[in-house]
This record gives sequence, C-alpha cells and structure tokens, in this order.
Amino acid sequence: MPNKKTEKLDSVVIRFAGDSGDGMQLMGDRFTNTAALVGNDLGTFPDFPAEIRAPAGSLAGVSAFQLQFSSKDIFTPGDKLDVLVAMNPAALKMHIEDLKSDGILIANKSNFTPRNLKMAGWENDPLEDNSLKNYIVYDLEISRLVANATEDMGLSSKVIERTKNFFGLGLLYWMYGRPMEPTKSWLEKKFKNKPELIEANLRALQAGYNFGDITESFATKYEVGAAPLKAGTYRNIVGNYATGLGLLAASQLSKLPLFFGGYPITPASDILHQLSHYKNYGVKTFQAEDEISGIGSVVGAAFAGSLAVTATSGPGIALKTEAIGLGVISELPMVIINVQRGGPSTGLPTKTEQADLLMAMHGRNGESPIPVIAASTPGDCFYVAYEACRIAVKYMTPVFILTDGFIANGSEPWMLPELDKLKDIKVNEPELRDGEFLPYERDEKTLGRSWALPGLKGFEHRVGGLEREHITGNINYDPDNHDLMVKLRAKKVSSIVDDIPKTEVYGKQTGEILVLGWGSTFGAIRSGVESLIEEGKSVSHVHLKWINPLPSDLGEILLKFQKVLIPEINSGQLIKIIRSEFLIDAEGFNLVRGKPYTKSQIINKVKEMI
Amino acid sequence: MNEKTLKPTLTRKDFVSDQDVRWCPGCGDYSILTQTQKIMPEFDIPKEKIVFVAGIGCSSRFPYYMNTYGFHTIHGRAPTIASGIKISNPDLNVWVITGDGDALSIGGNHLIHVLRRNLDLNIVMFNNEIYGLTKGQYSPTSKFGQKTKSSPFGSIDMPFNTPSVVLGAKATFFARTIDSQPKHLQYTLRRSQEHIGSSFIEVFQNCIIFNDKAFSDVTDRDVRDDNVIDLKNGEPMIFGKNKDKGIRLDGFSPEVVSINENISNDDLLVHDEKDRNLASILANFTEKESLPTPIGVFYSEEKPRYEELLEDQLKESINNMGTGDLNKLIAGSDSWKVS
Repeated sequence: MPNKKTEKLDSVVIRFAGDSGDGMQLMGDRFTNTAALVGNDLGTFPDFPAEIRAPAGSLAGVSAFQLQFSSKDIFTPGDKLDVLVAMNPAALKMHIEDLKSDGILIANKSNFTPRNLKMAGWENDPLEDNSLKNYIVYDLEISRLVANATEDMGLSSKVIERTKNFFGLGLLYWMYGRPMEPTKSWLEKKFKNKPELIEANLRALQAGYNFGDITESFATKYEVGAAPLKAGTYRNIVGNYATGLGLLAASQLSKLPLFFGGYPITPASDILHQLSHYKNYGVKTFQAEDEISGIGSVVGAAFAGSLAVTATSGPGIALKTEAIGLGVISELPMVIINVQRGGPSTGLPTKTEQADLLMAMHGRNGESPIPVIAASTPGDCFYVAYEACRIAVKYMTPVFILTDGFIANGSEPWMLPELDKLKDIKVNEPELRDGEFLPYERDEKTLGRSWALPGLKGFEHRVGGLEREHITGNINYDPDNHDLMVKLRAKKVSSIVDDIPKTEVYGKQTGEILVLGWGSTFGAIRSGVESLIEEGKSVSHVHLKWINPLPSDLGEILLKFQKVLIPEINSGQLIKIIRSEFLIDAEGFNLVRGKPYTKSQIINKVKEMI
Repeated sequence: MNEKTLKPTLTRKDFVSDQDVRWCPGCGDYSILTQTQKIMPEFDIPKEKIVFVAGIGCSSRFPYYMNTYGFHTIHGRAPTIASGIKISNPDLNVWVITGDGDALSIGGNHLIHVLRRNLDLNIVMFNNEIYGLTKGQYSPTSKFGQKTKSSPFGSIDMPFNTPSVVLGAKATFFARTIDSQPKHLQYTLRRSQEHIGSSFIEVFQNCIIFNDKAFSDVTDRDVRDDNVIDLKNGEPMIFGKNKDKGIRLDGFSPEVVSINENISNDDLLVHDEKDRNLASILANFTEKESLPTPIGVFYSEEKPRYEELLEDQLKESINNMGTGDLNKLIAGSDSWKVS
C-alpha cells in the first residue's frame, strides 16, 4: 500500500454537483451528518433547480449541495470551493468557476460522453484539453468502478448507476478521514426492506474509500478536527425543521393545541410535511385547497382557541393578504411564516431572497400593523418560531416570521435548547364586567384583548372585519372611534418593544463602520466582520431579529458609527425603514442574485468604504 | 329539583342579540333570521357551543343578530374560517351563512372543497340572484339576459345551477327552501342540523330593492302550487293546486303527467333522498320550463367527516406511538455531546 501523508486543515468547502436525479442532496446530507458527528462546526447550502427532473445532462438539471466543515467556529457554507465533485459535464460547466485554483476536482469521467459534453456546451472535453490545468483533477470512471464493485450481484445497470454517489462519498470519507459507520447504519435503516440496495450502496461506498486508499494518485489525506463548540448536546438542524420544532415547543409548553393550515409551496412545504407527522403531539394539519383557505382556516382556528400557524412563500403571502388583515382587525393570535424566495411573481422558486420585508411590514390594505421577526441561521428558526408564538398570544395579534430559502434548507450544528429557560407563553384570560363580556377591552400594558373561546358560557360575542367599537367590539363607523382604533392597533404593536432584547453589538460599541443586517445574511456578515476586526479595521456588526418593532436602543447605537452599511438580498428595504425611522444616511449593499452573500463580498464592500 | 329545572330550556329570545337589524324593510332575510332564532332552542345545544360564520354580503351580517359566538369574515372565505373552527374544536355547532355571490362566485373554490371534505357544517346560502350590498350587479345565479346595473344590455353569463354545483362537489346533503314559507324553512333548517356532515341549503330569498319578484313564479299565491313540488322522502312526486299532477320518468327524462284513471301513483317517480342519481335529475328540473321547481331535501347521505377522521388519526397515532415526547424529538437520533 502506498505511503500516504496526512495534512491538517482548519476548514474545507466541498460542493457536490450533478443531475437532479444523481442524489447530490443525499450525498450532501450524509457528509454533513458525518461531519457533525465528528464534531466539526459546519454550514450547508443546498442549491437545486425548480425543475424536478430536467433532462439528464442539461444545465437546467444541475443540482448542487455545498458545505463547509471546520475545526473553528464558522457561520457560512463557505465562499470558494476546495473541492468540487462534478458528476457530469453540465455540473462542471455550472460550478467550475467557484473552485479555487489548485482546488480539487473529482469528475465522473464515465458521464463525459460526446452527447453530454454537447448538451453542457463544451466544445472540447475539458478533461482532455488541458483547460483545467489550474486544478488538481481526478477524472474517475465512477460508473465503471461501481459496476465492477457490484458485478456479481446481478443488478440492473440502472440500479448500479444510482449507487455512484456513494462511491464519491466513500472517496471523500477516505480523503478527510471520516468514519463510515454512520452512513452504513443509515443505509441499513433506509433500505430496511431492500437488502440488495443496502448491499449495492455499501459496496459502492467501500469501493470509493478503497480507491482513495490504494490508488497512487491520491497521495494526501486531510484532517479537520473537532470545533471548539460551547459545551452541550448538539445535533445538526435544517432551518425549516427548526421552525417546526419551535412551533411544536410553543404549543407543548403553552398547552395550546397547534393548528397548521397551509398550501404546498417551495420552499415552505417541508414545515407542513414535518408537522403532519406530529399527530401524537395533538398537532392538526390542514392542507387547504389554496393559500387563501390556508390562512382562512388559521383565522378560524385562532378564533376557536388553537395556536394557529401558516407557512408559505412570497406568492402565497400575496394571496393571504386580505385574511391577514382580518386577523389584524379581529385581534386574534396567529403566526404567519414567509420562507422567502426570489420574486416577483413565480420568480426563482428554489433560490433565496430577502425582498418580502416591506410586504410583511406594509403589504395590506388600510393601516394594518403586524410585528415582524426574522431568523438569522437555521438553528435560530427554532427560537424565532417560539418567540413569534409567545408574542402573538400575549398581544393578540398576527406575527410575521421571515426566513428564506437559504436558511430554510441550510443546516448547522445546533446546541439543544433548554426548554425551561424559554419565556412562558401567557394567555390573556377573559373576564366578565357586571355580567357582561367586553371583547375589545384591553390589557393596560400590552393593549392585547382577551381570548374568549367558543364553548365558554356567558362570553358569546361576535367579531369580524368591519371596524370595531373600542371596548364593546360592536360594529362602529364613528370617525373618532376609527381614529382611536387605528392608533390603538399601532400602539399595541409598538409596545412589544418592551418585551424584546436590547441590541447586541459585535465588535466595538463605536467606530468607523457598522454593518447592519437582518435575516439570513448573518453568517456572511459575521464572518466578514470577524476577519476585518482581526485585520485591525474599525468595523462592528448588529443583526436585527425584530424589525417591527425595532429595538428601542437601535437609534443611539447607529449614531455611534461614522457609516452604516446595510447588506440585503433585495434592492434596499431595511434601509428604507432605517432611513425613515432614524434619518440616518445609511449605505446599501444590494446583490439580488438568488444567492446568499459570501464572506468575501462583505469584506470587499466594507474595504471600499474605509 | 327535577332535571328540567336544572337545565333551563332556551327560547327564541335567547338567540336574539342586542344589535339592531339593518336589512331593508321587506327583505327576505328577516324571515330566515326569525325562523333560525325560533328553531335553535329545539336543538338543545347550549348557545355558547354555537358559532355562526359569514362572509360578505347582505346575508352575511347574520352572525351579528344571533346571540351566539359569531364571526363576520371576508368575501367568499367563510367556509375556510368555519373549517378552521370546526377542525380546532369539533364539539362546536358551526353554521355558515352566505349568499349567491359570496358562495358561488368569489368563494366558489372554497365551497366545493369544504363540501367534498364533508366537515359537519350547516351552510345556508341566501340566493337572491343579485348582488345586493354592492347595489345591483348580476350574480352567478342571475338569469341569462337579466338586465342589471352592470349588464344594461342583458347578462351574457350562464348562471350556475346551485344543486348541480353542490352535488357535483360530492356534498352529502342538499335542500332548497323559500324565504316566504316559514314552516318549510324551519323544516329544512331542522333537517340540515340533523344531518351529520356538510349540509347545504339554498334559500330562495327575495331582494325587494334590486331583484324584486325574482321568485314570483314559486311564491305567488295564484301559481305557486302548480310551479313547486315539495319533495317527501319515500313518497310519489305529486304537486299542483289540486294534487293532480305528478312526475314520471321517461328514460332519464322527467315529465309532468296528469293523474287520472290511466296514470296512478304507482306510475310516478318516488323520491329517495339517498339516490344521488335522482338528486341530479331533480337538480336539473329548473332547467326545463315545463317542470316544477323542487323544494325540500334533494339528497342526504352520511359519510365520514373530515374532522372526525382527523381526530381518529390523532387517537390512533397516540395509541401506536404513545404521547409525543418533545425533548426526545428535539434531541433527534444523531445528537452528540461536546464537553
């Protein structure tokens, strides 16, 4: 056996790319899971096309999964790639420009046929024409190698072909000294009733591993040690899944039954899928006939006493708008999740964007204030979902959660939450005044009305979309009453400010540049600012969780910096709010490419400003 | 004390709210409200367990006048809100009050889906064949050629046949009644309440302002008996002032026959509420001039209800897997410790 050396690395960025049917997402998931178990910190970024199975070999059909794993505390899936796995010429075409020079390219040579090369727009075979000379290229006949490994099993070539992602996985496990056991036991569980598939995939996995071990061209193994994470129990978590867990935790801890009404839409559907399993937690899911019915059912469920939630993406919010207004005027607690994607219209269904912030803030008829909270990382989705439920119930209001395709599908190691440290969710119980129930009487502090559920004797009352009279809740068209109610609804939302944390500044409390972000840009901004500070630059970072209301101390903090930079994956939406709220001439950084920001984009932008 | 004094029976008054009713004088809605308030005590349901849900339109102000729980929602969406209420708390008695525009136009999609799911809701559609609250535009049930504010040259929209839409959506109950027939209205409401599953009542309701006398052929004293057939389950279909006309089936086509020495009751079509094909034939009576307009229960059949099936799944899930453990779920199967 050749003598192999081992090199230590801090972090590695790998991207798996292939046809939609090649199992790239699965390969990414398995590598991620193993990296988490090894103790690496990590960030992932699944990036797939809107088409389910575009023609094999086409550029449109390329599906990719990127991850960064590290022995340090990291915040993003990484910028430039250390390793690109390209299962066909189209995958190479789409992703080669992101590979570092001297980076490793693993290509499945078996798929570099004249037909596939032509489909991907390569005039010559790049594996043959020396055009990849800046990279370390391993062109392997993976299809042939897995066929060899499984030849005595009598399997169809189609089945064999589908094991090639496990060959690639095995090779990478060898390269980065990963354990194979977790993947083996996963395969055994996954194909419990199909022993031949377990066997075939195990053989492919092992063949890949052995190939690295015995082939002379692979001279180096790499080691990425465990990251110094805070002590605790961890798991790997995907954003949408964390959102679902946060909702469930809110329901279980408040003892309010969870009702989820929604309509399938990318990239939010996984929340519906997940919650539909939780029947033994008393969770009721309702797949409605359309987005409008989804939110309608939520309004009804809220009236009847459920912790009522819907999740959708931008186009769904557009349809739900009128009913959300009904939630506002009837002052019922409900949570509306927008897993944002590229727009307008159908836009970029599987790509990420942050362009629905102003829609969440203002996108309804009339004066219709709604609290807005945004998640910054996959794991943060849990806390944001829980907090949104708490505020909705306490203040009797719809609450908007903004996440996006990037964190919804991305994952990270997540320290398990301490449930007993979460704030209580308190219901505002109704009371009778001289034997009478006054549905629009308010709590003095929160201005939330009480929640009197059908079934409760003596509290029979009517609510609805027409303007209500202060206190009694009867229909009222009086000008003064309307003015009062408009102001009360706004004041109620702004009073939440006393219930949310003060602003945390990362870096110095005062200085040259403050990078102000919200939502999924957290990782890129934080790691960029971290590097800039290491370089001695005067840069700090504030990341907003609550956007409506904004933290009470934000205004003063912004004034302590000479310049405020606001990166957003939109044409400048938070910046409009900041400018109008604080009259600060903040500067925007706006790339709207359907992709998350990278650390280096943030660094370069800040350096331009210094 | 006997049981009666322990459990005071409700009266009509208990269902009258303190809100002033604001329909136009002479509106057919008054009659429907009165009959509903009159009949509610019969059902012996505590009024705190009753919820009236409505959309938008003249009819949809109805919940404000009922001293129960109520929700006046948005245009066309009442079935969705009612679904959320019923699924959340199946113990509630939920009514949906709607109109022809609300249910069949802007809310058409929700209506067909709530019916196919067969949630146990009582849906009452006030059909006045016009938009009243927006002051007189044609509705999806307005007659072809009808001149209205928005169709000065006559409507070129083909109207819906209400029972065909409802039965086409696999509803398990359809009945029709008329605002000016209080007894029949009560009977229909009672049947709707007794039916477990989605029930749909079409009430012919006169809009005195924008579409007066739209139903005069079935309401005018002089002609109504010859133009209306009141369906009775298990009985031959007989109608007419002198009860001398009947319905006979010629192939699949119904026809009116005079009952005489040659044609007896045995030759007539017998109503069967469980016969879906017959219900479809009845639905189309109004499409043919020579046939009378059927009122009463067209179709009634029990089938599993959505909220019941969902509750069953919840129970079964707890039986199979035990009550869910949040901590376990959060920890997942692949957690690791960092010390």
